[in-house]
Amino acid sequence: MNWFTKTFSSTVGRKIIMAVTGLFLCSFLVVHLIGNLQLFRNDGGEAFNVYSHFMASNPIIRVMEIILVLGFVFHIYDALVLTRRNKAARPVSYANNHPEENSSWASRNMGLLGTIILVFLIIHLWNFFVPARFGGLDGVVIEDVEYDNLYLRVVESFQIWWYVAIYVISMVALAYHLIHGFQSAFQSLGLDHKKYTPFIQKFGVAFSILVCLGFAVIPLYFFFLV
Amino acid sequence: MVTYPIKGISPDMSFLEMMDVLNEELLLKGEDPVAFDHDCREGICGMCSLFINGRPHGPERGTTTCQLHMRHFKDGDTITIEPWRAAAFPVHKDLVVDRSAFDRIQQAGGYVSVNTGGVPDANTIPISKSIADKAFDAATCIGCGACVAACKNASAILFVSAKVSQLSMLPQGKTERKTRVENMVAQMDIEGFGSCTNTGACAVECPVGISLENIDMLRSEFIFAKATSENL
Ligand code: HEM
Ligand code: SF4
Ligand code: FES
Repeated sequence: MNWFTKTFSSTVGRKIIMAVTGLFLCSFLVVHLIGNLQLFRNDGGEAFNVYSHFMASNPIIRVMEIILVLGFVFHIYDALVLTRRNKAARPVSYANNHPEENSSWASRNMGLLGTIILVFLIIHLWNFFVPARFGGLDGVVIEDVEYDNLYLRVVESFQIWWYVAIYVISMVALAYHLIHGFQSAFQSLGLDHKKYTPFIQKFGVAFSILVCLGFAVIPLYFFFLV
Repeated sequence: MVTYPIKGISPDMSFLEMMDVLNEELLLKGEDPVAFDHDCREGICGMCSLFINGRPHGPERGTTTCQLHMRHFKDGDTITIEPWRAAAFPVHKDLVVDRSAFDRIQQAGGYVSVNTGGVPDANTIPISKSIADKAFDAATCIGCGACVAACKNASAILFVSAKVSQLSMLPQGKTERKTRVENMVAQMDIEGFGSCTNTGACAVECPVGISLENIDMLRSEFIFAKATSENL
């Protein structure tokens, strides 16, 4: 192994990758949420359909999409490798253990929370991303141009109660993942300073709650109000 | 697991004295005593590695098992005692584990090489108060392994980070700082400890209060070393 692969296959190095990809995924969440806000416009979905057409066809977005997939792949791959290693590091578990006395629930269940997010991600991509990107949606004409009607798919999906429930539960899982993960990523990168760390910790909690709340409100809005 | 009833324990006894009473009784009855580690019995050697009622070194924070008193338990309580549980700390017998993985990590880089010769004057190298304090705090790690025992991943990173930052913060330790962190982290991985998820359990259970700050310092040392050292 050369120095580079040695670095990133060590336990400390793998967490550097998890932290960088994790924070990158956080930035993606912000962009995604801002885009989704188009759904709240009272225009029968015009703005949203134009926006999603842009996202499905713009070359810069295409490149970002590849980086995003790589971000997920590396994050999930290292999560798997580390979680398996961590299990192997304690082959016999304690008969009597009180971890709640020394650490938060979210910090001890990142693997579980991540798995919920992954399952959600597959359902979510299958329902919205795949048809929007590769076809399979009804068309709609906006100012003489034909667009895919992704808006209709959104409205239809969120009439189904269990679909809404999956979304809300997944966003709660994501919120807990990030309440621990956001500040943890800075620690994994060795970024700790008396002046900034308290702010990063508070910001992380606020970020996690607000972003996930923003996503969770969308299915609830369509289920109850549209 | 075996349950032993035990009588005549004074609240002023230490936990280990309670174990002594138990073992004396067992010996008198002709049974095998329960093997447990201990040495200084004053909180400085780090030998008394017992996982008591679900916590390393018992329910009190900032204390070793030898410094834990029986007044923290109620008469009639059943107390569960387990050894540290980690693949890297194999159990020798009963409650005794082998912590020599820590020694091998130390040998990989937890030292400062000094040439023999004349003794330099004290205080010739200026060290700021805040660095001296942080290095001193890191140096108080007694190598007990409670951090590993507490961590859900059995990660040794708090121990390793205390050793790395203690030396790398000081001028005498700076010469070898890159190779030190690289080799100590590599040895930590070879020993089979888990990775760190930043749960913070280690620092809460550490008897001497080694701070999480050291872990962040280890990581920035690691990143700096990997990016700039001559080691391929
Ligand atoms: C939008 C999706 C996601 C975001 C924004 C995200 C973000 C993060 C962040 C910021 C961290 C902290 C990294 C660190 O401690 O250095 C983290 C850790 C983690 N993530 Fe994710 N994550 C996402 C999806 C996933 C998925 C799909 C999985 C697994 C299948 C996963 C598994 C984990 C695990 C296991 C950790 C803890 C690793 C450890 O500390 O040992 N995450 N995540
Ligand atoms: S860091 Fe604390 S808990 Fe870990 S070995 Fe050192 S003294 Fe023990
Ligand atoms: S016996 Fe030495 S620290 Fe407890």
